[in-house]
Amino acid sequence: MKITAQQTDRLAAIVFKTAGWLSVVVLLSIFSMLLFNGAKAFRTISPVDFFFGLNWNPAAYGQPKFGILSLIFSTLLVTLGAMLIAVPLGIGTAAYMAVFAPRRVYRLIKPVIELFAGVPSVAVGFAGITVVAPAIAWVFGLNNGLNALNGAFLLALMSLPTIIIVAEEAIRAVPPTFQEASYALGATPQKTLWHVTLPAAMSGILAAVMLGMGRALGETMTVLMATGNASAFPGGFFDSVRTMTATIAIELGETAQGTAHYYVLFAVGAVLFGISLTINIISEKIARRFRYKI
Amino acid sequence: MTTITCSPGKLNTHLIWQRIDPPTFEAAKNVAMKQILIGVLSSFLVFSCQNNTRSVENIRIKGSDTEVNVALALAETFMEKEPNVSIAVTGGGSGTGIAALLSGKTHIANASRPMKPEELQSARTSGIHPLAVIFGIDALAVIVHQNNPLDTLTINDLGKIFTGEKSSWAELGGPDKEISLYGRQSNSGTFLYFREEILGADYATSLKQMNGTAQIVEAIGTDPAGIGYVGIGYLSEKGGQLPSNIKVLKISEKAGSPAFSPLVPAAILSRQYPIVRPLYQYVNGAPSGRLLEFLLYSIGAEGQKIVSENGYYPISQEQFSENLRLLNATLTVNGAQ
Repeated sequence: MKITAQQTDRLAAIVFKTAGWLSVVVLLSIFSMLLFNGAKAFRTISPVDFFFGLNWNPAAYGQPKFGILSLIFSTLLVTLGAMLIAVPLGIGTAAYMAVFAPRRVYRLIKPVIELFAGVPSVAVGFAGITVVAPAIAWVFGLNNGLNALNGAFLLALMSLPTIIIVAEEAIRAVPPTFQEASYALGATPQKTLWHVTLPAAMSGILAAVMLGMGRALGETMTVLMATGNASAFPGGFFDSVRTMTATIAIELGETAQGTAHYYVLFAVGAVLFGISLTINIISEKIARRFRYKI
Repeated sequence: MTTITCSPGKLNTHLIWQRIDPPTFEAAKNVAMKQILIGVLSSFLVFSCQNNTRSVENIRIKGSDTEVNVALALAETFMEKEPNVSIAVTGGGSGTGIAALLSGKTHIANASRPMKPEELQSARTSGIHPLAVIFGIDALAVIVHQNNPLDTLTINDLGKIFTGEKSSWAELGGPDKEISLYGRQSNSGTFLYFREEILGADYATSLKQMNGTAQIVEAIGTDPAGIGYVGIGYLSEKGGQLPSNIKVLKISEKAGSPAFSPLVPAAILSRQYPIVRPLYQYVNGAPSGRLLEFLLYSIGAEGQKIVSENGYYPISQEQFSENLRLLNATLTVNGAQ
């Protein structure tokens, strides 16, 4: 039996359509699972206490507290700190690799960065406790360095490879004619990079930053090990923080199924999901505005 | 030690970022594909862990991180004697072990604290009959940085330090430094034992909740204002060689009464050292077969020798008889105490 070109076409269309819809279905089922289980928490916990409560201590000696604000603030603090470090460093490295690096240096740097993307988070967390935290304590004259800064620094390290690899691709994808035109007008390589190449690659670079941020936002093990997990509301980068991911990881294993504590962890997951969804939608909008606009 | 959870933050970024600008699509796809592959593989891993618990040639032990090393040592020597038994020991914390016992995912739940009322309630509703075998005695050591001038603490002060009532070392005759508190996470039996027995109140919110005993020791070694607690087995396991940058405090019942160090075995055996607690192995109902043999082995003479070698203390004669009564068995094999 002979398969005609049309049949192959149709088959391929079905396969790809299924694959596409499958990811939508998986995404929706995860979200609805989180919402469904999370909603059950509000049978016993007041939504006001959950969304506006400052303290998180569900297994308290006295009255349990289910306030998510300190968790959200911790997560955002660590992620923001990580991005402050990783974005300039990452884009700078990507620009160097794509535009300036000699072939030999490039061949050395690129695999090292790719290799770094594969370091397990538990190893990064361990380095955070034994190396980075004492270093931070020493530099800033603190008693210990198990704080948000430590987490931000480690998460920056972990999201750097993603940012560098994706941003480099974006910069390389700028048509060479753009740069040639700039050189022809007498611009220096630095000026060309700053005023032509980077703006032209902006939507891809934003994508890189958002991917990196997603990595930082969802990272669990490293922050769980290296930020101290104190439940007090953090006052800044030198305070110990307890992120949403770490809270879920620490507590989900020990909570009895069907309790308010169990369901409230799903609610925390749903909020985290909502945060990264919002960030993704906003960045998609920004990326679209930058596209084709040079 | 590690907890496998589904991390929603991660998953959704993979899925959403498949829609990406053409120039960056290749690179993003590579990153995303790798992450998805890892995600899928680890979810298989999770599901394959959850097979049934009824066949007792395979014994699964899960729970307390305090007990994990001694349980491993017991399992290894038992497997040497009985080659056709396979015992898997994992940590995760007492709460994690008990939760696993309640959902039928482990044969033995190691716990360094008794079960909580809500856990017993949950056991009743799911038809589990937890039975506690005490197989060792643990002492908790309170550790500080080597340079801390303090040598002794009363139980009362210890509680006040951890509830945050005393927040500076100056209040205890030390330097004017803010105390940094280190403890375990809430899935740890040690966390709960310490809270119930020493604090009788909630921990200060500034308590740093570390992911394991090793990390508490590691952190206090570099924090001159740190204080924390660890199972004595963890310290003496290293052949009595304490890490040089930490110091174990002597503890007294109350001001004026003599203080005892947990590093002196006699002080613990005589219960003069005040922070001691039993170590439990929880099983579901009266066990039989290999499971019973293993439990008898661990409370018998040979097992108790291993418990001592691992830095814990043997159970008393009364505890031994109580165990036998619970297990509904008389120890006929040689080696009864």
